[in-house]
Amino acid sequence: MTRHIVATVDEIAPGTCKIVTVKGREIGVFHINNEFFALINRCPHQGAQLCRGALLSRLESPGPGEYSLTRQGEMLRCPWHCWEFDVRTGQSWCDPDSVHARTFAVEVEPGEKLAKGPFEAETVPVSVEQNYVVITV
Amino acid sequence: MCKIVIPASVRPIDCDVHLAVPNTRALLPYLDDYWREHIIRRGIDGDNLELSAYPPNAPLNCRPDWRPQQGLPGSQFEQLRDHVLEPFQPRFVICNVLHGSQIMFSEDLSAALCRAINNWIAAEWLDRDPRLRASIVVPAHSPELAVAEIERRADDRRFVQVLMLAMTEMPLGRRQHWPIYQAAEHLDLPIGIHAGSSFRHPPSALGWSSYYLEDYVSQAPGFSGVLNSLVTEGVFNKFPRLKVVLIESGVSWLPAHFWRINKTWRGVRSETPWVDRVPSEIIREHVRLTVQPFDDPPDKALVQTILDEIGSDEMLLFSTDYPHWHFEGTDAIPPGLPSDVLTKILADNALATYARLN
Ligand code: FES
Repeated sequence: MTRHIVATVDEIAPGTCKIVTVKGREIGVFHINNEFFALINRCPHQGAQLCRGALLSRLESPGPGEYSLTRQGEMLRCPWHCWEFDVRTGQSWCDPDSVHARTFAVEVEPGEKLAKGPFEAETVPVSVEQNYVVITV
Repeated sequence: MCKIVIPASVRPIDCDVHLAVPNTRALLPYLDDYWREHIIRRGIDGDNLELSAYPPNAPLNCRPDWRPQQGLPGSQFEQLRDHVLEPFQPRFVICNVLHGSQIMFSEDLSAALCRAINNWIAAEWLDRDPRLRASIVVPAHSPELAVAEIERRADDRRFVQVLMLAMTEMPLGRRQHWPIYQAAEHLDLPIGIHAGSSFRHPPSALGWSSYYLEDYVSQAPGFSGVLNSLVTEGVFNKFPRLKVVLIESGVSWLPAHFWRINKTWRGVRSETPWVDRVPSEIIREHVRLTVQPFDDPPDKALVQTILDEIGSDEMLLFSTDYPHWHFEGTDAIPPGLPSDVLTKILADNALATYARLN
């Protein structure tokens, strides 16, 4: 496992995602409610580019005709067949125990600390003034 | 594959036997004064007011050796005794009456006739043999009156179920029907849903069919629609103790239904967020099916595959569907049903479904 600097914190606007390629794998890095998450850009169902799907809330209902939203923007809906995935865990809503998308650990690190290494930054030049998103792959 | 006989040690519970109201005159003593005179005045006492699902002479309608010389099949106690009670030695028989009263436009007339039929069932049948049980016949299109009838009849625990028809004007999951389900759940009465229609709307999603064959075959997709409606409208969320028994629905379409509803639910479940688990799981928990007629494949070994796909040995309930013609002699157990789950199908599953049989 190695750590990879994949973006500056400012680069990914809240509620959006940057798709990066690390070790030959496409990974979506999300910025949601001041947190960052990383998921493989491949739906476990039939391989759609999962991270290009819409970010939605978690829909819950105590009973018919009652609707509530929780965890706004933390569910990723696959663009192909609309299965929903939890960006925190990668678990699908419909079958959380056996259908899940791979997730990767994400940290925000100051450039100052990163300058000391070790890390791999394929595309992102590091300066000490910035904060960076680092994922472990 | 050899025939499976009912083991001598098991007294089966027959979950679908049909009684026929011989004619409307037979109901006159059971109607209140107003409706008795109304029916006589209109001159409809000579009519059977039958639900015309089956042409009366269709072979399916009555097994030849069960066809009475006079009157309607299933209209006399002695026939039921000779054809079902004696040969099968059942522990209980659940009697279902299908009748025009269930679908009449006039809600009040409909309710009055349903009341009379239930009174007739109690007096002319249930009182004659302690093994007989029955479904409460209700004007389902008039939930208020249906609930009143359920509550009126519920004190008599020989009424073990509420009877509805599969294809009526409004899909059965719609909230309009919920008062019926609420009363049924509260009073420990499963909802029996029998093949049938109110015959004033197209019997299939494609509109009106021209021929009987189309009409008959479209019953199975009708049941499939019933399950869709009950699950998606959230009936089982709202009434978690409710049981539903599909009667004369056939069985082998269920695995295909499971596949389709489970698969599609994954993508569109956000529209009905209360459907919070795989639909097949909900259906397995709440729904039961009677086994006659059983739409078994020609290769009987495949019956086991169908049962494996259904994924539960608790869903099937024994029935003869008397007097309809599905088998000869006493070979009422459909070929291919595995003998290891037979006691469950013959009796245990019914006991678990119908609280009032215990
Ligand atoms: S490919 Fe993602 S839901 Fe089908």
